[in-house]
Amino acid sequence: MIPEISWTILLPTLLVTGTGFAVLLADLATTGPEKDGLGWIGIVGLVVTAIASAALWNTQASGFDGTIVLDRYALFFNVVFCLAAALTLLMSMDYLGTIGLRSGEYYAIVLFATAGMFLMAAANDLIVLFLGLETMSIAAYVLAGIWRPDLRSSEAAMKYFLLGAFATGFLLFGIAMLYGAFGTTTLTTITAEIGPSADLQRTLAFGGVALLIAGFGFKIAAVPFHAWAPDVYEGSPTSVTAFMAAGVKAAAFAAFVRIFMHTFAELAVDWRPVLALLAVVTMTVGNLAALKQTNIKRMLAYSSIAHAGYLLVGMVAADSLGGAAVLYYLLAYGLMNTGAFAVVIALGKRGEPNESLDDYDSVGLRHPALGLCMTVFMLSLAGIPALAGFTGKFYLFSAAVGQGYAWLAIIGVLNSVVSMYYYGGVLMRMFMAEDGKDVQGTTHRPYLTATLIVTTVGTVALGIFPSWAFELALGAFQSLG
Amino acid sequence: MNILTLMTFIPVVGAIVILCLPRDKDNWARWGAVVTTAIPLMMAVSLFINFDRTQDEGFQYEVIANWIPSFNIQYHVGVDGISITMVLLTALLSFLCIFASWGITKAVKAYFALFLLLDAGMMGVFVSLDFFLFFVFWEVMLLPMYFLIGIWGGPRKEYAAIKFFLYTLLGSALMLISILALYFNTTDPLTMTNTFDMVMMMDQANHSEWLRGGQIFGQSVPLVIWTALFIGFAIKIPAFPFHTWLPDAHVEAPTAVSVILAGVLLKMGTYGILRINFPMFPEATAQLAFYFLAAVGVVNIVYGALCAMAQTDLKKLVAYSSVSHMGYVMLGMASFTEQGINGAVLQMFNHGTVTAMLFLLVGVIYDRAHHRNIDGFGGLAGVMPVYTGFVAIAFFAALGLPGLSAFISEALVLLGSWQQNPMLTMIAALAVILSAGYMLWALQRIWLGPLNEKYADIEEINRREIFTLVPLAALVIYLGIYPTAVLDLMGASLNSLNGVVSKFL
Repeated sequence: MIPEISWTILLPTLLVTGTGFAVLLADLATTGPEKDGLGWIGIVGLVVTAIASAALWNTQASGFDGTIVLDRYALFFNVVFCLAAALTLLMSMDYLGTIGLRSGEYYAIVLFATAGMFLMAAANDLIVLFLGLETMSIAAYVLAGIWRPDLRSSEAAMKYFLLGAFATGFLLFGIAMLYGAFGTTTLTTITAEIGPSADLQRTLAFGGVALLIAGFGFKIAAVPFHAWAPDVYEGSPTSVTAFMAAGVKAAAFAAFVRIFMHTFAELAVDWRPVLALLAVVTMTVGNLAALKQTNIKRMLAYSSIAHAGYLLVGMVAADSLGGAAVLYYLLAYGLMNTGAFAVVIALGKRGEPNESLDDYDSVGLRHPALGLCMTVFMLSLAGIPALAGFTGKFYLFSAAVGQGYAWLAIIGVLNSVVSMYYYGGVLMRMFMAEDGKDVQGTTHRPYLTATLIVTTVGTVALGIFPSWAFELALGAFQSLG
Repeated sequence: MNILTLMTFIPVVGAIVILCLPRDKDNWARWGAVVTTAIPLMMAVSLFINFDRTQDEGFQYEVIANWIPSFNIQYHVGVDGISITMVLLTALLSFLCIFASWGITKAVKAYFALFLLLDAGMMGVFVSLDFFLFFVFWEVMLLPMYFLIGIWGGPRKEYAAIKFFLYTLLGSALMLISILALYFNTTDPLTMTNTFDMVMMMDQANHSEWLRGGQIFGQSVPLVIWTALFIGFAIKIPAFPFHTWLPDAHVEAPTAVSVILAGVLLKMGTYGILRINFPMFPEATAQLAFYFLAAVGVVNIVYGALCAMAQTDLKKLVAYSSVSHMGYVMLGMASFTEQGINGAVLQMFNHGTVTAMLFLLVGVIYDRAHHRNIDGFGGLAGVMPVYTGFVAIAFFAALGLPGLSAFISEALVLLGSWQQNPMLTMIAALAVILSAGYMLWALQRIWLGPLNEKYADIEEINRREIFTLVPLAALVIYLGIYPTAVLDLMGASLNSLNGVVSKFL
């Protein structure tokens, strides 16, 4: 029997996909610098999608035999994805020309990846989740390698693809085991089955859960599944790196949180210690490794690993406070991290990426506005108050303390202190180093400037007035039931 | 609008305006900073006049507004006798420091904007009555300090800046965890929800069983949280052995920043202990004060004085003298007598004015000679008589000469402390000889003796510098004769706080 097609549920996904096709069509009619304008089609489409998602806020529906749901949780993530993708497109319009990569398919692929993310957040079935994940991942592999003349980009794509495929294998095998245990792949049915399950079922379920943790661990770049991240982050075009950190990671967390904090909430006793351990290792290794980096993209890659660790702290709390904290933090992280990458882009130009930390010497003194933006992002990433990153960490750690994981919060806070050393190091170079080379990005890049303004203002505003976003995140998480 | 809110946020507005000024309008930035610190100073004067000196419970000029309702975080500010003195000190020193920064030429707008932000952060810390808000201001103040040292500092500025930053951040980390523990174990009796309100936290009836007497890491919970908070504050004081960032930061920082650092920032450590540790955990305070406050305080006094004596850099000498003088504050707080605790807070205020003078005076010769080597001068009194007059006031005040302000506060501290810890008090009193030693020895080497010909035509102190010194010198003398002017302000609140804590002795 073919299930009834529910257009409402698919609306956001269809809008994004449609925009992607529109971009592809428009690509045929444009040449050269005109292609920068393709980004506008994408951005308009994403804004419309975000508005549509916001308009659907009060719907709670499920369709296609209950395999896809449209709840606040999915909608909240849709907005986060739209934001990440729109910011990526916005800065790409300036960036792609700089590196000599004007291609229409770039914009379309970002949109297709976003559609995959939507599916991941809305999936109520492991198979649908897998489809979403693959849609997103394959698009991301292509994006990593899209800068064909650059060898590092190809290397990044290859590494990302091989390790990603491996991770997908884990995930798929985990799904298979769960199917073996419960005879279904639908999450809501699994939830109902977990309570009275028999011994064999439990063993299989544990195997499945363990493999899912490994699979998601790869996608969120948790230690020890993080080895790909630094190379891929460094090699990919910077706008793609930003998209991976803000979008792909958020999508992986969307599915991870839904499955673990909701479907497997019953098994929390069993997976909490594992995730707690993973969080400790991820935070610590990420931060310590970041201390030693000399390339800013690699440093931000390790910082992104560390942030996955902070986010895991919220999952360990396993209550609605922790869940809402994760959602809020993903939003905050998307803003501040994208901003940081936009600064990296702003300092580079054709044939001269200026990605070494040495290139940042005294940049802040020569370009005060850029320096101010970077200050906001670095401090926010380090978790200094009155910025979005601090409020996010505060929510995460207080959820952990509230659930009796004070030790985990202590480790998290100490890690933040360590992280200040390298984030502060960037600022020290930008403002306190006396004479560096006169790094000069290409001037007049309005889209990049717009990206920086949006992310800076967003990071500050979200930090000072966090309530409304947190309330939304809380509502979103509670819609899981 | 509430006067405390205005005092906190006018500098923020000033900072934003200064940042938006057109390029090359450095003098606009300077005068803008003057205006935005003068208004809070005038407000401070009106606070001083209108403050109700008899109110011993609760806070004045209080405001409560919702900020982050999902966590019951409020914008809650107010002053009592403990914080009012610090608010006055902050307003005064911020204003004077703008003039002391007149000679800054590098990135002037950024300098003054950061300075005003620092001002706002400090003011915010002293008026906050919500623990979350307190923490936010505590960190907000940290950042401008980091940049002010790191960008406008001396040769080893990067090292000093990051050391200062990481030390304080480590303290903040411990504080944050303690704040969370307090939050989850304090219940607002009206709404039955957890709260960050410091006033609620000060009432042990609102604490959970666990917070009152539970166990964590094999220790009693109040003792552990008390210690964690204490370490956070001790780094700021700075108490031995967490003091090592201070000399580095001072030596590298520009003059005005040193003044703020020693004059206001160090007080935040002792202020925090009085505002938070004392009323929230009175029993733990009574148990631990002897070791953590009295004993460590005496180590500070003696060790700081000995280190000061060994210095060849005048600024480092003054920095170590701060370590020594802050020891008296700790000793006084630990006495649990009215003399001791009033003496401690008076010492906080007096040290703020005296040490500000000292750093300003060091800045004066550094600006002229471009070094601060104590042995590199000699006989400056002959060529700079006015300057030497101010030096004499500041140095004699710092060594505790009767008739000048610091004598009163140190005497009160020793008087109070004697009743509780006579042995420690004796050591502390004997250390006064050490401070006389390093102060007089430095005075002799730089200002007295034969004139170093190199500085025969050194320029006398100018009018701007005199302008920054006169109010401080006047306060030092005035409070030496009539300390009641300040003691009056804080007496009621401090005596009631002392009553709360000394019950548990």
